[in-house]
Amino acid sequence: MTDVDGEALETSITAETGPAGVTEPILVAEHVRRSFGGLRATDVEHLDVPEGRIIALIGPNGAGKTTLFNVLTGFEHADAGRWTFQGQEIMGHPPHQIAREGMVRTFQLARALARMTVLDNMKLAAANQRGERFFVALVRPIWRAQERQVEARALELLEWLGLAPLRSDYAGTLSGGQRKLLELGRAVMAEPGLLMLDEPTSGVNPALTDTLLERIGALREQGVTVLFVEHDMDVVTRISDGVVCMAQGRVIAKGTPAEVVADPSVVNAYLGTHHGERA
Amino acid sequence: MDFSQALVDAVRAAVGVPAAAYALAAVGLNLQFGYTGLLNFGQVGFLLVGAYGTAITADHGLPLPLAFLVGVAAAVVLGLILGLPTLRLRAEYLAIVTISAAEILRLVVRSRPLEGFTGGAFGIREFADAFYNWNPIPSGEYGVGNVTFSDRTLWVMLVGWTLVALTSGLIFLLVRSPWGRVLRGIRDDENATRSFGKNVFAFKLQSLVLGGSIGALAGILLAVDAQFTNADYWQSIFTFFAFTVIIIGGVGRVIGPVVGSMLFWFLLQGADTLLQQALADSFFGSKLGPTEAGPIRFALVGLVLMLLMIFRPQGLFGSRAETLIEEP
Repeated sequence: MTDVDGEALETSITAETGPAGVTEPILVAEHVRRSFGGLRATDVEHLDVPEGRIIALIGPNGAGKTTLFNVLTGFEHADAGRWTFQGQEIMGHPPHQIAREGMVRTFQLARALARMTVLDNMKLAAANQRGERFFVALVRPIWRAQERQVEARALELLEWLGLAPLRSDYAGTLSGGQRKLLELGRAVMAEPGLLMLDEPTSGVNPALTDTLLERIGALREQGVTVLFVEHDMDVVTRISDGVVCMAQGRVIAKGTPAEVVADPSVVNAYLGTHHGERA
Repeated sequence: MDFSQALVDAVRAAVGVPAAAYALAAVGLNLQFGYTGLLNFGQVGFLLVGAYGTAITADHGLPLPLAFLVGVAAAVVLGLILGLPTLRLRAEYLAIVTISAAEILRLVVRSRPLEGFTGGAFGIREFADAFYNWNPIPSGEYGVGNVTFSDRTLWVMLVGWTLVALTSGLIFLLVRSPWGRVLRGIRDDENATRSFGKNVFAFKLQSLVLGGSIGALAGILLAVDAQFTNADYWQSIFTFFAFTVIIIGGVGRVIGPVVGSMLFWFLLQGADTLLQQALADSFFGSKLGPTEAGPIRFALVGLVLMLLMIFRPQGLFGSRAETLIEEP
């Protein structure tokens, strides 16, 4: 593995990218390590995600991207490392708390709540619902107004995602691509500051992919930061402001999409893995 | 064979105290299993602590209403003890721990060292006289046609079915609230639900404790009806009958456990009466006698359940579309 020099790694991509100049990082992670047995799945020295940008996380299979997602969002324990979200240290927080703090993630395999309707999937994800408290739940007048707001917001988002005609269908009957859209919608319902999408376009047909990317792009305009794992370089170059490439658990390159694609270590990482698979 | 007698017996059973108790146990289980996806294989343990909590307290001369509260409180404690260590783990662990806990409780209450307290194998008797003193129904026989009950039985039935109505109403309110929506989210995918910021563990614990407390009411009802509780009354098979009841009625439906229990008892008792008659008449020849009726009726209920699974897998009130959605 060719390692890029330390200087380049420490340089934040914020300075070089993005339409609006320098922004503060919303997420900063240092020395994040997670091993499975002898395998260092993730060993990230430094990662920062500038606020208001769309950052792609790329890398060959097994590079540790999903593990990094799981660790940062509290779904897996880190062996070491510290990371801050909006200036607050959040490592060790349980996943639901991290989501409440504004880091909302989706999953590589879309997790539709199959036996709930599309609309209920959306409404469930809304944050700070009064009626979720046991005793309050029994007294409908307390939460009715909020429920209406949640429903209106859910319908608005479904309209935006083109899923409104399916609102009463069970989510389990949706196609793979529709599930990905629904998952995006649910994550947006949870009012994220940072949206972490794990392969949002995998298994999605090209037409729906266009819709999905357009929607993700629109979220940036609304001030949402996006960090997404992606394999399709075309998708990456189309919507991302910055790219981080991982291989064998480490960050090996970062920069603008053009820079990263041209980086010899990135090319090497991808080709190297192919050699490995053939062997 | 006397079909009218079988029908009378079946109807009596369908509205009787055991049917109300099974309905209550199933209402609690339905909240846990049908709405939250929790595998509580030890619901009978909650009935046991409800019954013993009440019986022991009343047996020590304390007022019966307090004894009822102790019974329900015991179920809350049991729910916390079982839930706190296991609900963070995968679903199977709760199943293992609950079924074991129910068996352990049964063996503990019948153990000799506790005999002074629980009555050991003999159990506790005649602890609920006060309940029957409260009976406002004038003595006599009440009913429609041949289906009649004594004022005493009717009083227990009235209380039992009132509890079924109240708890079902409670579940109705809860599952239509955002709280209930979180439970259904957990049932379908707990990690996804977690990713929206829901404290999955807390919701599962609430569901387990509430469902178990409703189960305790069932245990109290059965013990008060019999004026008796002993360890052998609370066998694991009861939990699986409760599962049968909610599967017949429709999993994840408020009315499911109620109708499921009535139908379960209707079939069980109807089959029993018919079989007793047939066997007494040597209808099946000399190989089968009246003693075989018990096992055979359960085989028949099993057959009905299989047919239901084949032709109506959603149960009586379930949604077919929902049932046919494949698990992810």
